[in-house]
Amino acid sequence: MPPASEYRLPFEAPIYEMEARLAEMETQYAKNRAGGDPTRLAEQIRHLRRELAALKREVFSQLDPWQIVQVSRHQNRPQTRDYLPLLFDEFIELHGDRALGDDKAIVSGLARLDDLKVMFIGHQKGKNLAERTACNFGSAHPEGYRKALVKMRLAAKFGLPIITFIDTPGAYPGVTAEERGQAAIIAENLMEMSQIRTPIVCVVIGEGGSGGALGIGIGDRLAMLEFTYYSVISPEGCASILWKGSEHAPKAAAALRMTSRDLLAFGIIDDVITEPLGGAHKDHRASAQGLRSYLIQAIRQLKTATLDELMNLRYAKYRKIGVFLEENPVSANGRP
Amino acid sequence: MASRESRSPRSWHGHFEPKRVPVGVWMQCEGCRATLFRKQVEENLSVCPECNHHFSLGALDRIAQLLDADTFEEWHADLQAKDPLGFQDRLPYPERVRQEQDRTGLAEAAVVGQGYIKGIRMVLGVTDSNFIMGSMGSVVGEKLTRAIERATEEKLPLVIVSGSGGGARMHEGIFSLMQMAKVSTALGRFHAAGGLYLSVLTHPTMGGVAASFASLGDFIIAEPRALIGFAGPRVIEQTVRVQLPSGFQTSEFLLEHGFIDRIVHRRDLRSTIAQLIDYTTG
Ligand SMILES: [Zn+2]
Repeated sequence: MPPASEYRLPFEAPIYEMEARLAEMETQYAKNRAGGDPTRLAEQIRHLRRELAALKREVFSQLDPWQIVQVSRHQNRPQTRDYLPLLFDEFIELHGDRALGDDKAIVSGLARLDDLKVMFIGHQKGKNLAERTACNFGSAHPEGYRKALVKMRLAAKFGLPIITFIDTPGAYPGVTAEERGQAAIIAENLMEMSQIRTPIVCVVIGEGGSGGALGIGIGDRLAMLEFTYYSVISPEGCASILWKGSEHAPKAAAALRMTSRDLLAFGIIDDVITEPLGGAHKDHRASAQGLRSYLIQAIRQLKTATLDELMNLRYAKYRKIGVFLEENPVSANGRP
Repeated sequence: MASRESRSPRSWHGHFEPKRVPVGVWMQCEGCRATLFRKQVEENLSVCPECNHHFSLGALDRIAQLLDADTFEEWHADLQAKDPLGFQDRLPYPERVRQEQDRTGLAEAAVVGQGYIKGIRMVLGVTDSNFIMGSMGSVVGEKLTRAIERATEEKLPLVIVSGSGGGARMHEGIFSLMQMAKVSTALGRFHAAGGLYLSVLTHPTMGGVAASFASLGDFIIAEPRALIGFAGPRVIEQTVRVQLPSGFQTSEFLLEHGFIDRIVHRRDLRSTIAQLIDYTTG
């Protein structure tokens, strides 16, 4: 049974209730094994386990967009630093942006993934109050985005593929962030990432919050874990602007079409990575396993292309994004 | 706000003819509160003769002020927004777009094409903060990207005048966000090919526009006292709960912090652009 302090979402209640019942039966089974015949109880336990799996499947296959947002922000959801030891055979952290500081909201370093050597960059939100405060809840400052850029340039110089993990409610909105050029550094990252001559794989592991997500999100492969979102604006922000109140966030979450399934259908992302039954927070190890096989396969595949091919494909990938009407379509070279 | 008579976007093809219907003979300056003779303000490039406050300029007026007379050739004027999300707030998105078209006389928030400044041929893009806050939907992203690609191909100088209240076109969701990536990717190629890009920031240049093409110029110049930044002042106030310093996120603030090259009065924009281009071409 999870500790009493464990954070639960309202729609997870029946799952936790059934898990508690199962745990009780398992305890009883262990006690009884010494004495009489436990076969009847064992049969009941097997039955309940099947029921529990079915319940998780049912609850999580029917989540609405706002519930998915809540899962993506779940307090027990694995974050970048949880994944590092589960994912990589080695991780050598590299700090600092060589200009202003070391933003804790961005983690970067060299990593070994099977036989691959890579540069890793990811948002970190923080697990407890102290860490959350140090990380600004995953909202990076300009020095965080510059830290990412400095490490990516290093990777490109030595031919290391880049992996980025996106998990941010958005880039930090604050006085110091503005003074240090939040807009300018995000813009620079977008442009440089589009030109960096090494494979880049980006995965949304939690929240994909607008420009702050995109700031480390330009690559050759873009994937999302199943219960995550990626959006131009937070549902709360959208609701308060368009519906004049953040209590309309569930409506905005649906209207923005921001779940992994939506983005796959729109052709914006390449893949959705399945999460363990009941969400990544129920089994960090299994979630890491899914990520690991995805990353290995994606990088191996990208490495078969020449760098020139890779750059042309990356250009085409972003060039084609957009939906509009055109009365007199232009020729292929874009001339009027 | 709409000082132009409304026109059907259907008639919006080829070149433009700026038309204006005066709203009133007198107007009040947002800067110094002085009551001003509207005609006098307009003749002064929409700058207050008393305090130099730069009034917001629509895309068509901007083009007319900036370029040599009758040299603008508009491109891709027939691009129109679609509704990929089936988005509806108080209005369905297509209806909102139609209303904005009628209100502003523009087909979308960006106008692109080519023209001349003091005889120098260039590619010009202008985003108009009057049209759904100058937000970057697919049409804005596509028009700018095509303009950048054409400038790359023909080795022409590129000038983009930015004006956007927030950058994000919420009604187009992730497609709006990804236009930042698309335009920045095109600018990456443009710069790699050695192109000259001059970015002009006007009031206001915020959010996704500031965090993409507006900040990627070889030269970045701004009109005086424009609001420029990533997060809106109200969002920042709510997040950090402090009183924002006076002059926060103005052109002068950005100059002070090292993010723009020069602040240029509207009357000097043409000559400054021509001068800067001259230094970079032979
Ligand atoms: Zn005035």
